[in-house]
Amino acid sequence: MTFNSMTFNRKTLASSIALAAATLMASGAQAQMSDDEVRIGYLADMSGTYRDLAGPGGLEALEMAVEDFGGEVNGAPIEVFSADDRNSADVGANTVREWFDTRNVDLVAGLVASSVTIAATKVIEENDGLGIVSGSAASSITNEHCTPNHIHWVYDTYPLANGTAKAVVEQGGDTWFMLTADYAFGHALEGDVTKVVEENGGEIVGTIRHPFPTSDFSSYILQAQGSGAKIVGLANAGADTVNAITTASQFGLTQSGQQLAGLLIFLNDVHAMGLEDTQNLLLTTGWYWDMDDQAREWADRYFERVGKRPTMVQAGIYSSTMHYLETVAEAGTDDPETVRAAMAERPVEDFFSRNGYIREDGRMVHDMYLARVKTPEESTGEWDLYEILATIPAEEAYRPLSESQCDLVNN
Amino acid sequence: MTMIFGVPLMVFMGQLMLGLINGAFYALLSLGLAVIFGLLKIVNFAHGAMYMLGAFATLLGFQYLGLNYWVALLLVPLVVGGLGMVIERLILRRIAHLDHLYGLLLTFGLALIFEGTLINFFGVSGSSYPTPAALQGGMNLGFMFLPTYRAWVLVAALVVCLGTWFVIERTRLGAYLRAGTENPALMQAFGVNVPQLITLTYGFGVALAAFAGVLAAPLYPVSPTMGSSLLIVVFAVVVIGGMGSILGAVITGLAMGLIEGLTKVYYPEAANTVIFLVMILVLLLRPAGLFGKEA
Repeated sequence: MTFNSMTFNRKTLASSIALAAATLMASGAQAQMSDDEVRIGYLADMSGTYRDLAGPGGLEALEMAVEDFGGEVNGAPIEVFSADDRNSADVGANTVREWFDTRNVDLVAGLVASSVTIAATKVIEENDGLGIVSGSAASSITNEHCTPNHIHWVYDTYPLANGTAKAVVEQGGDTWFMLTADYAFGHALEGDVTKVVEENGGEIVGTIRHPFPTSDFSSYILQAQGSGAKIVGLANAGADTVNAITTASQFGLTQSGQQLAGLLIFLNDVHAMGLEDTQNLLLTTGWYWDMDDQAREWADRYFERVGKRPTMVQAGIYSSTMHYLETVAEAGTDDPETVRAAMAERPVEDFFSRNGYIREDGRMVHDMYLARVKTPEESTGEWDLYEILATIPAEEAYRPLSESQCDLVNN
Repeated sequence: MTMIFGVPLMVFMGQLMLGLINGAFYALLSLGLAVIFGLLKIVNFAHGAMYMLGAFATLLGFQYLGLNYWVALLLVPLVVGGLGMVIERLILRRIAHLDHLYGLLLTFGLALIFEGTLINFFGVSGSSYPTPAALQGGMNLGFMFLPTYRAWVLVAALVVCLGTWFVIERTRLGAYLRAGTENPALMQAFGVNVPQLITLTYGFGVALAAFAGVLAAPLYPVSPTMGSSLLIVVFAVVVIGGMGSILGAVITGLAMGLIEGLTKVYYPEAANTVIFLVMILVLLLRPAGLFGKEA
């Protein structure tokens, strides 16, 4: 009896171990995902100035990527949650901290206002997490503020200044009057533009630093008209740029022979202002929905869900999320350090990014485009807004690593 | 044009003109606030939202109903003013006997609700509204190129401001109004329907804000946040002019537009601050405001 029962126990034990081992092996890949889930937190301005360039549309793009990927990575479900940072660095940093403390977030996506991003990426670094920045403009995010824990995806101020200013000077626009938003971002953009203009043989004849935000630009436009400069450069963003361009049109700035150069303009801005006021404006963009078949195909699917054409930021959110999920599936883990390294090993080539790859400073460099806003006569539809004039190759567009102040780059 | 602008005096005159136009806007908005505060003692933080609703109603009326600008100029203040009367009747009246602070908080909350709801549906980028055909183009004044529409804004705002001042200070209706707020019991004894008078006054103040909104629609992108940025400046204007002083609001509005305009030439960095500097000075030297009566 005793003997029998012992045999039985031994058998049970052995089969239990075998079963356990088999289970472990079967779910080998899944065991590598923290908490058996891939958790993506989307942090963005959902209600303020930057809502329309990323906001709810960006979240929709992210969810599209998750759905297209099948909703799970190697059997581990993907969970998406979001929060409104209200363009406050404090709110943004605290939200991300909470996500790490209570929800074990694997990827922080979105990240729009530069000030929020710089604060949030510090928290991501402290918690050894991973962040992908899609909305922010400041090039300092992968320069003096770089961390080993984040990647900057869509664009930054360097190619904006470089692309637009260089093209304008080459076309003969060699005297500039700058209208600059009076805060860190505006000053940085003004500095980048000044450098590019002067290097290419142009001259800055005057600068006005206007308060942020400003609703009435008539006085500044009048002063710009009086300066005699050929080009009026707008080193501002969002509502300020929109107001400046609208006012310039009302005061006949372009009719009197001057030309505007917008340095940070999104598709939603042009759509809001209309082509009458924005026609022939030159700008640099990281992507345009109608630039080729691949882009159009994705933009059509987005349009069906959202009813608007996507901005470059929203497209970039899909592209970066897809790149992340593919890498996680391939690497078989969502460990941030492993994924970050593996992401950099894979080229980024999709409907959004051409010739793209991730540098050691976290910058995802890819081809950028110089575009011109169409005239009302040229446009064939509500969202037919840009003509792509030239491609700025990835290698030329972004700040070269030799000029980098990032600690991760060995200079 | 460049040569004309090269002369400092000309630049100066151009900036004065623009300052005057902005001032007319401030005057129109602060007038509505002053009427509502002076007569009803409500600190109306929903004023910016009403201005925004005026602009939005103009835009939506054009997009969906094909209403033209001139119709909107008449109809929108009536509709938004009507909304104001509903708000007064249903909500504000219930807290009329409480401290001013409650009205301030309530109207602020209403403003956030209006703003948030519209953001949810229309986003924040805003849309442009075409300048009416009759007011397109501009004129060369010799010292500047003045878009016709801005000249119209200046004229329209001034006419409405002076008209309002005249009605309140110089007519029998205005006298009833002033008396009704001074001593409602006595007025009621004389057979005047004071609650109705109050509802109408609030509606009128709101209609002024909506009128300013219609005027603004072709000038600035129409967006749900357009009112909140302007509201604080307009409150500063009302404080400088003296809370509740009708003429004070109009004159101060114009003067602040001019001061701001000149700051934009000499030290643009301070353009958004200069009005608040004036406000601090006025509060230190004349706490009741430039045109206010000492309590």
